Amino acid sequence: MGRYLSQRLGQGIVVILGVTTLVFVVTRMIGDPVNFILPLSASEEQRAALRSDLGFDRSILSQFGSFLRDAVRLDFGNSTYFRNEDALDVVMRFLPKTLQLAAAGMVMALLLSVPLGAIAALRPGGLLDKFLVTLSLIGLATPQFFLGQVILLLTSVKFNLVQFGDGPWTHLIFPALTLALPAIGRLTMVTRSAMIDELNSQYVKAARAKGVAARRIVGVHALRNAAIPFVTLFGWEVIRALAGYTLVVEAVFDWPGLGDLAILAIRERDFFLIQTIVFIVAIMVVLINIAIDVAYKIVDPRVKL
Amino acid sequence: MIGPPDDAPVLEVDHLQIDFVTRRGTVHAVRDVSFTIAHGETVGLVGESGSGKSVTAQALLGMIELPGKIVGGDVRWKGESLVHGPGVRRTIERVRGAEIAMVFQDPMTSLDPVFTIGSQIVEVLRRHRRLGRKAAKARAVELLDLVGIANPAARIKQYPFEMSGGMRQRVLIAMALACEPALLVADEPTTALDVTIQAQILELIAELQRELQLAVLLITHDLGVVAGVCDRVAVMYAGKIVEDAPAADLYAEPAHPYTAGLLGSTPRLDIVLDRLVAIEGAPPDLRLPPPGCAYATRCPHAVERCEAEQPSLERFVALPLAGEASEEDAVLAEDELDDPARTGRTVACFRADDLRRQRVSA
Repeated sequence: MGRYLSQRLGQGIVVILGVTTLVFVVTRMIGDPVNFILPLSASEEQRAALRSDLGFDRSILSQFGSFLRDAVRLDFGNSTYFRNEDALDVVMRFLPKTLQLAAAGMVMALLLSVPLGAIAALRPGGLLDKFLVTLSLIGLATPQFFLGQVILLLTSVKFNLVQFGDGPWTHLIFPALTLALPAIGRLTMVTRSAMIDELNSQYVKAARAKGVAARRIVGVHALRNAAIPFVTLFGWEVIRALAGYTLVVEAVFDWPGLGDLAILAIRERDFFLIQTIVFIVAIMVVLINIAIDVAYKIVDPRVKL
Repeated sequence: MIGPPDDAPVLEVDHLQIDFVTRRGTVHAVRDVSFTIAHGETVGLVGESGSGKSVTAQALLGMIELPGKIVGGDVRWKGESLVHGPGVRRTIERVRGAEIAMVFQDPMTSLDPVFTIGSQIVEVLRRHRRLGRKAAKARAVELLDLVGIANPAARIKQYPFEMSGGMRQRVLIAMALACEPALLVADEPTTALDVTIQAQILELIAELQRELQLAVLLITHDLGVVAGVCDRVAVMYAGKIVEDAPAADLYAEPAHPYTAGLLGSTPRLDIVLDRLVAIEGAPPDLRLPPPGCAYATRCPHAVERCEAEQPSLERFVALPLAGEASEEDAVLAEDELDDPARTGRTVACFRADDLRRQRVSA
């Protein structure tokens, strides 16, 4: 276990380094940030001064060298958009909102997809199964920007149930649901097919012959075995939510999280902020991957770490 | 224990018929099967794949599920039906795993891979015996010891993947015996094991049978397996029992040509053969069972009547041992019909008597 963890952490550092390098290069290709920071009326001298101030006049390699040196000390430079506030501070200010949204969405996905998938698997091909499969397919096939807007229109505009944007916890429900629905669709399908496999397995037959109650066979034996493929896919869903889908959902619901911030940072060519966001997201992805492996070990005793 | 006297059957299978409805037609998997098992008796149910022996076994535990359906007959456990009537579900719930227990063919997959073997034994005990955790655990250790697993207290904490196939089959047997069943149904318990382990497992079953006064139904495709263990053997072919006889008699003189064919294709240590004899042809399609004897198309002795008419199980009288055989003895044997030791033998073949006479005169 200790050996495994150190190995994975080592790999994680390589991954984070790779991702930050990539983003560093890409940001340098999307345009000159100085034009976004200074007003149109700024003179060419002022622009040059700011450029050298921020170090953009140096060669890209020398910029990258100082970026790495500073990154090791967790100094990512100052955000240009947020009036020279430390970029990491800005990210940390927005991060909790995203974590809140992702956590709520993933808890919803977990609590809904497992029972729905298990119920569908009880009678494959039955009416309830067909209904749930259809619903899952709709859920996983509908794009989130569309789904989000439909939900937003219905809940906030037409029936005025809750306001959108930041606010009390009730504001979290619908963005979280939007984030969760495609995941619920996918995870319900995964749970269903895993449960169908498990319920047809020999050990289930043997357990029935022992007289074990049907409830226990489904809820304890089959479910625990079905959890093995589920854990991997659920981990992916968490990663997808944190590193991608929150972007869309936060934009639709005007949710002040990391996704919202990322879009802003890209629009304003805030290089330092973009780099910081990607760095933080990469760290989360690495940690979640390790968490998946540990969860795997907990569910399946055959797994050796 | 209150129950029927020792010689009364604990289990009666009575004209059992099981169909499987598939998209490509209804398969008549079990076609009018009857047999009984007495208290403490070991019965072998022998047949090739698809003969209906495993389906029959599942019916004994009320485990026939759609697309399978019991369409006729009955299974009675100590007089109570396991097929129909009010309260049948309760009866099955009470009996399954407790009074009738089952061991399956594949020990590698019959245990849940993600739970310890201890918890899987405890599960049965808590279900049927309402034992507390501690008592159930102690009993689990006792059971592993009973089936010859060394260091049982440590073993119960292990997972199935930490054990060999033979060891797992012992665990499954321990699990089956947890609630002291009166009947153990063993469905091909040694097929997935290698030969030396096979012998050990069979020996274990025989030993437990003697110690615990168990009745055992041993299902196998291998006549060699039942030879040393069973009191009686029923041979199934194409969903029917074609011969039912005391084991020794069956081996000494198979009455049904199919049994003879099976014996001829079983490797034996006591007879030197250049090569094993295979039975030509294949069993009939059970979606459209033939009107006559199902074996007729493969049978070297078949006559016209065999293809037209269904032979029923009739009493068959065994010959005296080879060497002393004479026409006189055969006639004498007919007079011994009332002798219970000699009447427990039936065969479903029109030619059984002819063939016996041929053998005698030869």
